[in-house]
Amino acid sequence: MALSDQELREIAYLARISVKEESLPSLKKELEDILGLFEELDAANTSEVNAMSHPLDLSQPTRKDEVTEEDLRDELLKNAPSVKSGLFLVPKVIDGEN
Amino acid sequence: MDLHKLSLSKQLEGLKKGDFTSTELTSHYLNRISELDGQLNSFITVTEDQALSQAKAADDRYKTNNNFFLDGLPIAHKDIFCTKGVLTTCGSKMLSNFEAPYSSTVYEKLDKNGMVMLGKTNMDEFAMGSSNETSYFGPVKNPWNIEYVPGGSSGGSASCVSAELAPIATATDTGGSIRQPASLCGLTGIKPTYGRVSRYGMIAFASSLDQGGVIAKSAEDAALILEAMSGHDPKDSTSLKLDQPDLTNNLNNPIKGMKIGLPKEFFEKEMAPYVLKSIEEAIEVYKSLGAEIVEISLGNINLSLPIYYIIAPAECSANLSRYDGVRYGYRCEDPKDIEDLFMRTREEGFGAEVKRRILIGTYALSAGYYDAFYLKAQKCRQLVANDFSEAFKSVDVILSPTTPGTSFKSGEKTNDPVEMYLQDIFTIPANLAGLPGLSIPCGEHNGLPLGMQLVGNSLEEGKLLQFAHSFQSNTDWHMKMPNI
Repeated sequence: MALSDQELREIAYLARISVKEESLPSLKKELEDILGLFEELDAANTSEVNAMSHPLDLSQPTRKDEVTEEDLRDELLKNAPSVKSGLFLVPKVIDGEN
Repeated sequence: MDLHKLSLSKQLEGLKKGDFTSTELTSHYLNRISELDGQLNSFITVTEDQALSQAKAADDRYKTNNNFFLDGLPIAHKDIFCTKGVLTTCGSKMLSNFEAPYSSTVYEKLDKNGMVMLGKTNMDEFAMGSSNETSYFGPVKNPWNIEYVPGGSSGGSASCVSAELAPIATATDTGGSIRQPASLCGLTGIKPTYGRVSRYGMIAFASSLDQGGVIAKSAEDAALILEAMSGHDPKDSTSLKLDQPDLTNNLNNPIKGMKIGLPKEFFEKEMAPYVLKSIEEAIEVYKSLGAEIVEISLGNINLSLPIYYIIAPAECSANLSRYDGVRYGYRCEDPKDIEDLFMRTREEGFGAEVKRRILIGTYALSAGYYDAFYLKAQKCRQLVANDFSEAFKSVDVILSPTTPGTSFKSGEKTNDPVEMYLQDIFTIPANLAGLPGLSIPCGEHNGLPLGMQLVGNSLEEGKLLQFAHSFQSNTDWHMKMPNI
């Protein structure tokens, strides 16, 4: 199954993984090999089969809408790469004046 | 005394009788780790202080006869299980600085039973790999021959149990990650029925396939710990609403009159003569114990590999979207905007195999390909599951090799992903159908061990362990340990 450079760039963008131009050819070859496996499924007759999303035939369980988790804010923020005033800090996401 | 030569139940007996203390037992393993793990790299973190304080607490409980069920027995945990306040990396640079703020249910259950954590074991990054060469913390070596791989993704768990640096280890299995390394390291590894063991706090790879289990030196040891790990957990919505199963009391029941199915599709494949020979010898053992051998057909089984390599990457691409450099884990240096932050964090934080699978999964789920790949794979998955249901109407267990051969040399398959994926050709089907499967040693070739796989019907871990134990009561493959 052939993959164009442009398709590969689009997939990488969808996955939010930057890919260096020089690694495109080898990555493309590896992905094409893997996609080649998929063709084996074409021969299977699945017209009468329902899609199996899960090994267990269960409905989604629900629970009472009660608070069960304690407040772990400080604990959780300890693992964050950048924090300010108890909030996660990221580069500016809203355009406009400062 | 060579404490590491005792089985878990003998160790438990010794602790109860006061022949030795948990502190002695734990120190014995910690010493072995510090002496021998330099050449294996099976641990990412050794939790020495915590282990010794857990051991002391167990000893105190024994003194006052307030001991728990598994009190003072040491265990190693795969670094995919969150352990509160302890580094939990999943073998990735992305989580190389992550201290879990809470513990997985598996850890909690074993901790409540008094088990002592020796440390966190090395693994393929995010459990993606079959050779333990994709870990950010370096490759793990096979104690049988350190030029060879231990298998993966639970390679650290297998390597440390095989070298007797821990009596048992937790592990996880998405497409064979318990059974394949167990086979390559000469151990007993069991993946229970999907939903038996809680996935809460077990870092997700492919949620409809992932399942926790153990790697041990015998079926008897595995049964003891798996039983304590199992049971319903309200914190995991896919956890089965069933009590802890009894896995230990029926181990010695005879298998006479029970039926073993041999899937003809597996045995029609080109198989190395030494693999076939070991399997045939194992079949003879079972025949001598009164089991009946039946040829069966799993007509769609050969679709398993492509199904898996659509579904697992698709689920992984969704699960791993959480690693964005914002809330925890690795973040790239000096991001110029939010998009640069996401894209470079993920490029730098993930290794090559993880990125390949995220890209494949993103492709399979993307507009225009969803029906052709993902939906088609889910339908084919149902066909494979139907084949198993049909087969279990007439047999008790299904037997096959676990792996296409014994271990391979480090670096031998790293440049060819598809060649590496073929390692799991016999193990993947059980994950697709959510069935329990185990691997036990049944032979060797050129000084390296080889395993056979038994797959059981849903919820029949007990029967699988009974078959494994009856084999191990009549053979000594599981007694062979590497010289290290």
